[in-house]
Amino acid sequence: MTDSATVLAEGDSHFPPGLHNFDFRDWFTGLSDTALAHMFTTITFAVWASVAVLIVFFLWAYRKPQIVPTKKQWIAESAYGFIRNTVAIDQMGKKEGVRFAPYLATLFLFILVMNFWAIVPGIQISPNSHIAFPLMLGVLSWAIYMFVGFKKHGFIGFLKMTCVPPGAPWFIYPLLIPIEFLQNIILRPVTLALRLFANMFAGHLILLVFILGGFEMLNASNIFVQGLSVFSFAMGIAMTFFELIVILLQAYVFTLLTGMYIQGSLADEH
Amino acid sequence: MIHAAEGGTAILFPIWQEILVGAIAFGLLCFVLMKFVFPMMEKTFEARVDAIEGGIERAERAQEEANRTLEEYRRKLATAQEEAAAIRDEARKDAVAAKEEILVSAREEANRVIAAGHAQIEASRQQLVRELRSEVGNLAVDLAGKIIGQRLAGDADTTATVDQFLSQIADDTAETSGAR
Repeated sequence: MTDSATVLAEGDSHFPPGLHNFDFRDWFTGLSDTALAHMFTTITFAVWASVAVLIVFFLWAYRKPQIVPTKKQWIAESAYGFIRNTVAIDQMGKKEGVRFAPYLATLFLFILVMNFWAIVPGIQISPNSHIAFPLMLGVLSWAIYMFVGFKKHGFIGFLKMTCVPPGAPWFIYPLLIPIEFLQNIILRPVTLALRLFANMFAGHLILLVFILGGFEMLNASNIFVQGLSVFSFAMGIAMTFFELIVILLQAYVFTLLTGMYIQGSLADEH
Repeated sequence: MIHAAEGGTAILFPIWQEILVGAIAFGLLCFVLMKFVFPMMEKTFEARVDAIEGGIERAERAQEEANRTLEEYRRKLATAQEEAAAIRDEARKDAVAAKEEILVSAREEANRVIAAGHAQIEASRQQLVRELRSEVGNLAVDLAGKIIGQRLAGDADTTATVDQFLSQIADDTAETSGAR
């Protein structure tokens, strides 16, 4: 018991899954103690691979655009047109929508492909289950909608518009303004980042529970428990499909909310 | 245990190297897609809209022109028909006039010819009568002279007698021709 417990704590056995499953060793162990630690891991590989896949696909698909699109061109246009029409133009109108559509579409595609690694066999972890990437994107969204707001309404004007809700009686302002400020200016990027991060983190954990659990049961001495591992694996597969939905949904939600925040910054004063 | 204690909040603290990698990677993606791909797509969309709207506009213009041409042809046709009718009327009028003229001149000609014939006949008759009269007179005188001798030749009474005789004959002839 003591022996096996020690081994477990050291992480040689895989069950139950824990935070150690999110630590990825450096590919080049010599870098571990330098500033380049964490730069070459499965996670960063997935990030670079996402970017490479997107760039290669879009440049290849849109090398020679035609009025009547080829199949690959049509796929590329649909990916852009989906965000352009349902998020950007729907929320901001034609003019501003077209202006922000490229960023929103890039954001959506980036998150989507990054999330997708969660169910790619052999990798099965999304870089977005590390807070660094969602946070980076959330802060970027924040910077954009703040910048757009300041540019459109001026520094004071935008702060007033964001923090002072119209129609509220004056005596409630001391309560309302800090709440609005916190909600609209501090917490928005945090919630954006946390929502994406937590979903991908939890998704990975759920997959680990069922798949590692299946192996654990298979290794059990009891033949009955071994038989039950089939259900665990089946559940792992079902959860993979569920994860696919989460992947799409979270990428869309992140983009939609970013679009909404930018639209809020562009909106005319109440 | 150490892991859990340390990691409980550790997952909420980003690894700065990962932020850096993420930012560079995403920046690169943004640069390529937003500079080389999506603007091209917008251009394609615009070109597509242009192509469709332009096509409709061209079709409308062609339709309009066709209508205009049709209208013009109709107008020309109507004018031509009117002209043709006018020409026909004119021709008919001319023909009638010409016919009248021809008839009139023909009638005049005929009258003239008839009149000339009459005159000629009358003249011939007069001449004939005159010649006949002197002939018959001479014959009668000759005859009478032969019967009653040469004495009577050149006498005025004789001539008067002959004339009287001839008038009588003429009267008889007139009577007979009137009876006929």
